[in-house]
Amino acid sequence: MSYDNNRGGLWGRLRGAGLGLVLLVFVAGILFWGGFNTAMEWTNREAFCISCHEMEANVYQEYRNTIHFSNRSGVRATCPDCHVPKDWTHKIIRKIQASKELWHHFLGTVDTPEKFNGKRLQLAQNEWARMKATDSRECRNCHNFEYFDYSIQGRRSTRMHQDGFSEGKTCIDCHKGIAHSLPAVEQDIGSDKGGAAPEVFHPTEEKPAGAQN
Amino acid sequence: MKNKTRNLVVALLATMSLGISLGVQAADNVQSLRGRDVAAPELDPGGYVVPKDHAPTARDYVQQPPLIPHKVEGYEVSTNFNKCMDCHSWTRYRETGATKVSLTHFKDRDGKELSNISPRRYFCSQCHVPQTDAPTLVDNTFKKAEGLR
Repeated sequence: MSYDNNRGGLWGRLRGAGLGLVLLVFVAGILFWGGFNTAMEWTNREAFCISCHEMEANVYQEYRNTIHFSNRSGVRATCPDCHVPKDWTHKIIRKIQASKELWHHFLGTVDTPEKFNGKRLQLAQNEWARMKATDSRECRNCHNFEYFDYSIQGRRSTRMHQDGFSEGKTCIDCHKGIAHSLPAVEQDIGSDKGGAAPEVFHPTEEKPAGAQN
Repeated sequence: MKNKTRNLVVALLATMSLGISLGVQAADNVQSLRGRDVAAPELDPGGYVVPKDHAPTARDYVQQPPLIPHKVEGYEVSTNFNKCMDCHSWTRYRETGATKVSLTHFKDRDGKELSNISPRRYFCSQCHVPQTDAPTLVDNTFKKAEGLR
């Protein structure tokens, strides 16, 4: 009887302490996670992106003239909508990669329009490659081509979208430079511009063998 | 000699003052393309609509640069990139289904054939333009060229 009582008391005390600890960790976890996520979301805003003058003076000014900034219905895509993945795993990976951008901000790698334009080809190609690798995931957060209504699309888009999808193309294969100015692209008019090669600008690797062009 | 110098000075002054007064008068007559004083309110832009993409429009007169049958808003034509040539060039037209650039555009100003579009043809919209639903500015009796009807 007394043995049972002792054991019950010890177990009870242990259980009490354990529960208290679990509860403490649980609450601390909520606070930490909430704080971490709030801080991360705080960096996921247009205002945060353009608080660096590299973004504000270059890419933001170009973006202001495009349909993703201003349009008839006012539905916008801000910087993180296209440049930061929505789901957590990919978002945290991208955010860790972005620490390199912080490093280059402090180094001043692109802190003048001249330096920025000097790097534009490389920066654009990085972003094209990222979009290509994810099958234009960030575009498809809003634009779902399974729900395209070709009867109300324009003559050209109806044709090009259906051709493109049947060839296994993804948005970025054609839609480059839609929100920012393009880097030099080689189009063989006049002297060599030293820009993006035609096969980079219009990737052709998915095309079925024997297709023209 | 002295008289000659004086006459010259008088003539010079007269010419200058006439020039200035003419200049002022000319400045008064100059009307800006906008047709209004800088401080005056903007003219009504009209809100004309560019028609939806359609098949190429037939020409109305001989040597008319073909009209653009689609919207070109936001199309970049800069030193870096020519959006028009992204579809209408000879390397791209098969894939895009666009009208290919005329071979007349492959000549330089001396008539020498080039292997691609001449840089002097780079700014497409200097000749090729889209249309809007705007009414004609003046009444006219224009008829299509006989051979193009």
